[in-house]
Order: sequence, then structure tokens, then C-alpha cells
Amino acid sequence: MREDIIRTKIRTFIIEDLIRDEEYALENDEGIITGGLMDSFALAELGVYIEEEFDVYIPDADLTVDQMDTLDQIVIRVMRGMKED
Amino acid sequence: MQHPQTATLLDALALQDSDTPVLTFLHADETAQPLTRAQFRAAVQRCAAALQQQGIGPRDLVIIADTQSVVSIVAFWGAVWLGAIPSMFPTLTEKLDPQIYMRNMAELVERSQVRAVLADENFVLLFRQHTDARVIALSTLVDNGAWDDKPKYDLPPYAAKPEDIAFLQHSSGTTGLQKGIALSHAAALNQLRHYSAAIDLRDQDVIVSWLPLYHDMGLVAGFLLPFVQGIHLVLMSPFAWVAHPAMLLRAIHRYGGTLCWLPNFAYNHCARRIRERDLEGLSLAGVRAFINCSEPVRHESHALFVEKFTPLGVTWNQMAVCYAMAENTFAVTQTRIGQPPATEHVSRRAMESDLCAVSVADDDPNGVTIVSCGVPITNVEVQAWDAGGLPLPERYIGEIAIHSDSLLSGYYRRPDLTPLNEAGWYATGDRGYIANGNVFIIGRSKDLIINAGKNIYPQDIEAIANTISGIHPGRAVVFGVPDDREGTELLALVAEVSATDEAERKKIVQAVRQAVVSQAEVTLTYVALVESGWLIKTSSGKIARGENRRKWQQTLKK
Repeated sequence: MREDIIRTKIRTFIIEDLIRDEEYALENDEGIITGGLMDSFALAELGVYIEEEFDVYIPDADLTVDQMDTLDQIVIRVMRGMKED
Repeated sequence: MQHPQTATLLDALALQDSDTPVLTFLHADETAQPLTRAQFRAAVQRCAAALQQQGIGPRDLVIIADTQSVVSIVAFWGAVWLGAIPSMFPTLTEKLDPQIYMRNMAELVERSQVRAVLADENFVLLFRQHTDARVIALSTLVDNGAWDDKPKYDLPPYAAKPEDIAFLQHSSGTTGLQKGIALSHAAALNQLRHYSAAIDLRDQDVIVSWLPLYHDMGLVAGFLLPFVQGIHLVLMSPFAWVAHPAMLLRAIHRYGGTLCWLPNFAYNHCARRIRERDLEGLSLAGVRAFINCSEPVRHESHALFVEKFTPLGVTWNQMAVCYAMAENTFAVTQTRIGQPPATEHVSRRAMESDLCAVSVADDDPNGVTIVSCGVPITNVEVQAWDAGGLPLPERYIGEIAIHSDSLLSGYYRRPDLTPLNEAGWYATGDRGYIANGNVFIIGRSKDLIINAGKNIYPQDIEAIANTISGIHPGRAVVFGVPDDREGTELLALVAEVSATDEAERKKIVQAVRQAVVSQAEVTLTYVALVESGWLIKTSSGKIARGENRRKWQQTLKK
């Protein structure tokens, strides 16, 4: 799957399901959790979504605010998981 | 189980001197730190001696501001051992603004005459810069690498009287408004004895908890109850659990957990956010009860949880409900363990217009399902009061009031506040009714929002919003929005602004979200910016939360 498709899917998921504002202009490097858009619950939610949508299992140790706070970080981590599979 | 007759919490702790596990602490990576009763008792004595050397003595208020840790638990009991008054407090996290956290702490220290703050060594300097209290690094009180069975110090426990204050629980809200709920040894022991009977506590029970200890459910059900009754506690950090909810189920499976207290949102969180791969090989069949407590209970959340975890052995008979508050130490009511909580389908219209709960057919679309909170535990009387404070007949909706021998002694150093009436009753601020002895809670008299088990006063969040550049001062309103998916109330903010430029408006939204997280550690789910004059005011000029919520739901909610 191409990076731009992955990015669009995750972006749509974040603004529609997590932030609940489809018009929100989310930047690629914007802190989703540190910026107060979402609380830490989002990490677990992202884990479920990424497994269902991309068949990538992100272990708990990687599902942290440090590693999954921006769209850029999440896309890179998903792509790494796809390559490893 | 046997309930030892003790006069103070220390007598109960003294009973626990053996190789039996008292605590298994699970770190974020799920490595386990087990502790026997003898090790624990020795550490408590050592900590008490160290506190005494630092000048701490009977009746000194000691704030423990740390992450969930073994060290903070030992320090709590170390303070009790000396006759000091401990109170658990949230620590400074990376999300919170350190300046604001410290300003609040300094206010608390001054107002409540805090004698000492016990904190992680990384925060000691910061605390010292901002508060007048003695600040002590927890690492100097408890050596988390050395656990001996035998006490090195022969320090006798303080001879507390049953009516002495044992500890404080702090109410939520901005620190300036926070009240220290003072609970005596007698109140705590009465609560533990009667609540143990209500849940049919057994020696072989194992309690698994992620609940924070600065919250009444975490402090009492997830800490004091097991320690005083000699029940094995498996404890983890709330931060670790929220990000990795499967941790809780793995711990229940691994340690044979039988009792687990959860706020309502946690049923949704577990059911929706635990991955299938994380469930493989787990069994929850040995759990006697998952007890729903501390925010309004939703039947749908139980249904979601049971459906998701049926393959792991979860059944409706494991669902239980407790109604509790810190002012009563903890529990007021409890449903019978081993039976699903009763539910009622009542007319929404009759509740709103006649203030009466009238049963309607299960499929009546105008009905609403309400879950019973169970019957009062044996030391508590419960009434529903009318506006004049008189008890109402069954099924009539009023303010829930309680009377018991586990109520608070008062608000700490606040003689101006009288929480109990002349007859010793406490009016809870919750609205509900009583039917066939069961207590049903339907809402609150106050504007309080409960988000993920955490009590939030809208005025605190509005005050933060009012400081944001671009928001017209005094023109912001915050309210709770019940959410089926999350099983809790989410926060919505509507604020009047002049900005029309999209980029500028986004900056305001970002600034207010950021400020609310860093000052109150909660997330605003919905933020709506509106033009001047949008907000509805009452005749006295105040912003009406209920009416603005209705207007927002009808016109702006996405």
C-alpha cells in the first residue's frame, strides 16, 4: 500500500473517529495527544484500528505517546510494520 | 471471612505479619514486584522512623504526590504509623503545566497547613521552590531495592484513638476549591467491615486494580480494603492501563483475580480497545465480580463487555454495581455479588414532569433503562429528599441523602463548612429514587461532569478558556455530553470569538485544548467557536449551561 493512501486513511480515522471534526485541518507533525486533541485512550484505539485496517500489530511497548503522537510518526510505524510482515 | 475487631487501621495492619503476599505491583512492562506482609510491615516501620527523623509527628498533614508506586503505598502507612495524616495526590505529569501544578500545590500547603510533601526525587527541587512545606524525597524514606522481613527499627505505632483522623481524601476541582475530606479510623473500619460483608469478601479473593489511589474507589476498594483485610492486591498504574487495557485482563488471568472495580467508561474501553490477539489464551471465568462504580452506570456498557468477553468466560452474573462517595469513606450501596444488577425501564416523561419513576414496557421508545445501584450496605441509611429536605415516598425522585457511621468527620481545617445536617445526614447532590429497597441514581443536582471516572467542575474549565487570547472573557461555557461509544460524559466547550479567519480560529482552538490538558488534564472533545451574542444568558446575566447545551446539540453538534 502506498504511503499517501495509508496517510489519508489514518488521517480520516483520526479526524472523524477520534477528534470527531471532519473539517479539522490536522497537520502531519501536529501532536495529537500532547496537543490536547485526544487523551491517552487514543493510543489503544489506534492500536485496534491499525490492526484491523492494515493487519499490523503494534506491540504495547511501541504504542506510547512518545512514538505515536503525530500523523507522521504513526504512518512511519505502520509502514515499518507492513514491511516486517 | 473473619472480620477482626480492631479499633484503628494500625491494629488491622499489625495482624498482617506473614509470608503471605500482600501486594504484587505490576510495572508498565508487566514485570511483577511481589511483597509479603512481613516485608511490607518492616518497610512501613522503616519509613515511619525516617519520617520521624524528618520531624514528622502525630496529626501532621502529609501529602504524597507520586505516581502509582509501591513506595507511595509504604509511605501512606508509614505516616499512619506515626499518627500523621496522609493524603494521596496526583503527581506532576508531562501533560500538566508545572507552574500551574505547583501554584495549586502551594495554595493547598498554605490553606491546609501541610507539614510535608513526599515526592519523587526528580520533583523535590521544584516543590521546594514553590511551597513552604518540608519536601521529602520518597527514595529517602523507602528503599525500593531492599525488602527485609524484620524491622530494623523498633518504633511502636502511634496509639491512635478510633475518632482520630486517619487520612484525607481530596475532592476534585481546582485546588482553591478542593476540600480535604477527613475520615477517622472508626469511619474507615466501619466502612471496610460492612462493605466486606456486602461483597461477601473471602480470604482467597484476589483484587486486581489500576485505579488511582487519590480517588476514593482506588484508595478504599483498590488499596485499604485488601491491606486491612489481608487480601492479595495486584496493582498497576492507571497511565499504563489506559494505553494498554489488555494489561488488566492478563493480570486477572495470571494472578487468579476475583474482584475488580471499574468506572463505567472502562467497560467500553476494554470492550472496544483490546485487540483480539491480546485475548488469546486468557480466562476471566474465575472473576466473582466486575464492580461498576464512580460514574453513572449504563446497561449498554455491561452488555458490550459481556458480549466481547463471553469467549473468555465472562457472564452477566459477574456484573455488579456500587454507589459510593468519598464523604462516606466509599460505598453507600452494592448489588448482590453473583447476580446481574436489576434494571428498570421507566417513563422519561414522568421522570421529567412528575419527578416520579413510572415503569413502562421494555419496548416503549419513551422509556429509559436505569440500572440499580443495589441496596444500602448494612451501616448506611439512604433517603431521597424533596427540595425542603423531607424524605420522599418510594419511586419519587429527589436528592439522595445518606446517614452512616462511616461518614466524614468534616472538611479538614474548614470549620466554616458543615457537610452534615443536625441529624447527621449528608445530602449528596446526586438525584435518584428508591424502589423495593434498591437505590437508582439518575443524575445530579449540580453541574458536575464525570469524564472517565473523574469529577470535573465546568466552571474550572471555563476559567481556563477565559484566559485564552481571542476568546471573549466570560463568554465560554462548558458542559458534559453523554456518549454511548465511550460510556461516559465527554466535554464540550462553546466560546464566543470575533475572529473570522480560519487560521486564526484554528489557533484559538489549539490554544484552548492545550491549556485545558495542561491545567486540568482532561480533553475537550468538542470545541465550537461562535459569534458574539450566540450564548444564552439567564435573567441574572449568567451563562446558562443547560440551555446552551441544548442549543449546541440542536445547531452545532457534528
